[in-house]
Amino acid sequence: MADVSLHAVRKSYGKTEVIHGVDIDIADGEMIVIVGPSGCGKSTLLRMVAGLESITAGKISIGNRVVNDLEPRERDIAMVFQNYALYPHMSVRQNLAYGLKIAKMDKAEIDRRVDKAATLLQIGEYLNRKPRQLSGGQRQRVAMGRAIVREPSVFLFDEPLSNLDAKLRVQMRMEIKALQRELGVTALYVTHDQVEAMTMADRMIVMNAGIAEQIGAPLEVYNNPQTKFVGGFIGSPPMNFLPKAAQNGPASATEIGVRPEHLRFCAPGTGLFDGTLKFQEALGAEMLLHLQDTTGRTIIMRVETREAPELGTETVGVTADPADIVFFDANGKRA
Amino acid sequence: MHLDNTMSQRVTFNNKFLPYLLLAPQMLVTLVFFFWPAYQAARSSLYLPDPFGLSEQYVGLENFTFLLEDAYYRASFITTAVFSALVAAISMGAALWLAIMADRIIKGSGIYRTLLIWPYAVAPAIAGVLWLFMFNPSIGVAPYYLKALGYNWNHVLNPGEAMGLVVAASAWKQVSYNFLFFLAGLQAIPKSVIEAAAIDGAGFWRRFWTIVFPLLSPTTFFLLVVNVVYAFFETFGVIHTITAGGPQQATTILVYKVFADGFVGQDLGSSAAQSVILLFVVGILTIVQFRFIERKVHY
Repeated sequence: MADVSLHAVRKSYGKTEVIHGVDIDIADGEMIVIVGPSGCGKSTLLRMVAGLESITAGKISIGNRVVNDLEPRERDIAMVFQNYALYPHMSVRQNLAYGLKIAKMDKAEIDRRVDKAATLLQIGEYLNRKPRQLSGGQRQRVAMGRAIVREPSVFLFDEPLSNLDAKLRVQMRMEIKALQRELGVTALYVTHDQVEAMTMADRMIVMNAGIAEQIGAPLEVYNNPQTKFVGGFIGSPPMNFLPKAAQNGPASATEIGVRPEHLRFCAPGTGLFDGTLKFQEALGAEMLLHLQDTTGRTIIMRVETREAPELGTETVGVTADPADIVFFDANGKRA
Repeated sequence: MHLDNTMSQRVTFNNKFLPYLLLAPQMLVTLVFFFWPAYQAARSSLYLPDPFGLSEQYVGLENFTFLLEDAYYRASFITTAVFSALVAAISMGAALWLAIMADRIIKGSGIYRTLLIWPYAVAPAIAGVLWLFMFNPSIGVAPYYLKALGYNWNHVLNPGEAMGLVVAASAWKQVSYNFLFFLAGLQAIPKSVIEAAAIDGAGFWRRFWTIVFPLLSPTTFFLLVVNVVYAFFETFGVIHTITAGGPQQATTILVYKVFADGFVGQDLGSSAAQSVILLFVVGILTIVQFRFIERKVHY
């Protein structure tokens, strides 16, 4: 168990810089989720912490020890890969014991740890099977087990749930979170799924094009996005963006952002937006209304299904509480 | 023609003759170039023709009994075993080593690979002649430098050196082929598995022996079968040009003896009998490989 800190971490491939300086101090036992669209550098950042990619500039330390020049095995970490990376020719038991055997741990201790992890993850009955005889969810558990038995200071997860079906994914993300809490191990978790990030993170790093756009607790990031990108990426459906009306907000602001659930109806011409209904998506408890104005701009409004109005082709006005509106400048930063 | 989707994804042809028609060219080639010669060899092994091939006499299994009592023929078995084992081991070992290195380098890997594949394009006889000139006791480059080191090279007289030379030339030619397969095999191993092992604490060689080599075993097994067959049959050109089976039959492997006894010695009956024996030996070897070594292969 250890603190992890990244200081001005950069990565270049030749002349192309892909990570432009990331700083974060991670407290012992904290779960940090790195989230961003594909190609944003989130996996590269994780692999740099793991020691699978070199660090071009900056400093990474684990437990107050700078690990920049240490081999992966010297960093006291364990990693769960997207494709699980189980050793296909070994049984589940051998997979779990592999790292411990290399560490020259005595046999009784290896068995104790493997059995403990197997019980914890409910894979005890598969210990003698080969990975190919397991389902995706079971393989995922074995990959987790392989990380747990080593009792590392830091867990690294590289999109561990993206190969599972939707239902299993929801179940596993809670299990991983519970397990991480129980073991109290610092964890870095990479995902492209913002729901996963929101539900699992103590704090999240929202990355875009090699830059950490915002670091903060999930609700803090959701309610108070520091950039237009964060507002658009976190939340489903995303934040709505509209040109700023002349009368309100800071002078530097050019655009406003407002969450779909903060919109409400008003008389046409008096609100932020006038439009007509194009589609509606009934999700069950709530409903998404897609409204389009005469210029073709669309905004999405989230309303409770019971309170959803019957809309025809009439023009409706939409507004929001000023406290729920955020302002962005021409560079997409908060104004 | 319709697609039968209920049980399996097999395409069923309603035309009864089309499948046979499509198979016919391949069957014809196999019949003319494999079954007919094989039948001829089997038949000839039971006859004793005169040196001019004008008449022949049925002798039953006498060609075989004569061969099995022949000390030279039995020696040829040992020679073949030693030769094949050395060729397979050296060419596969060298190829695996080169493939591991080629898999690791990033810059210039294309050039490196191309250069390593070239020897495969050299015909066996040409390869033999190349090695023959390099190691010619009177004018070769290698013996000249070996002499400077105090070693007197003469594979024309020394059976051990002759064997060493044909093994080296034969193995060298096969390295490219093995290299290609090993490299493809290495690249088919998921990178994340290697990375997981690195995080688990395994160093390069430990990863190699516990992860890479076992996962490479289907390739290794395939190459073992191919290399043994290669050493048995396709090294004829190399041996013929470098040593012609000598000195004192030290490099006369079974397939070379088939040629030497049949076409040089004009003993066609014995030559045919040897072909039949060779066919059985390779068949048995392949069965043994599949039954006993394949069990250790992880697919």
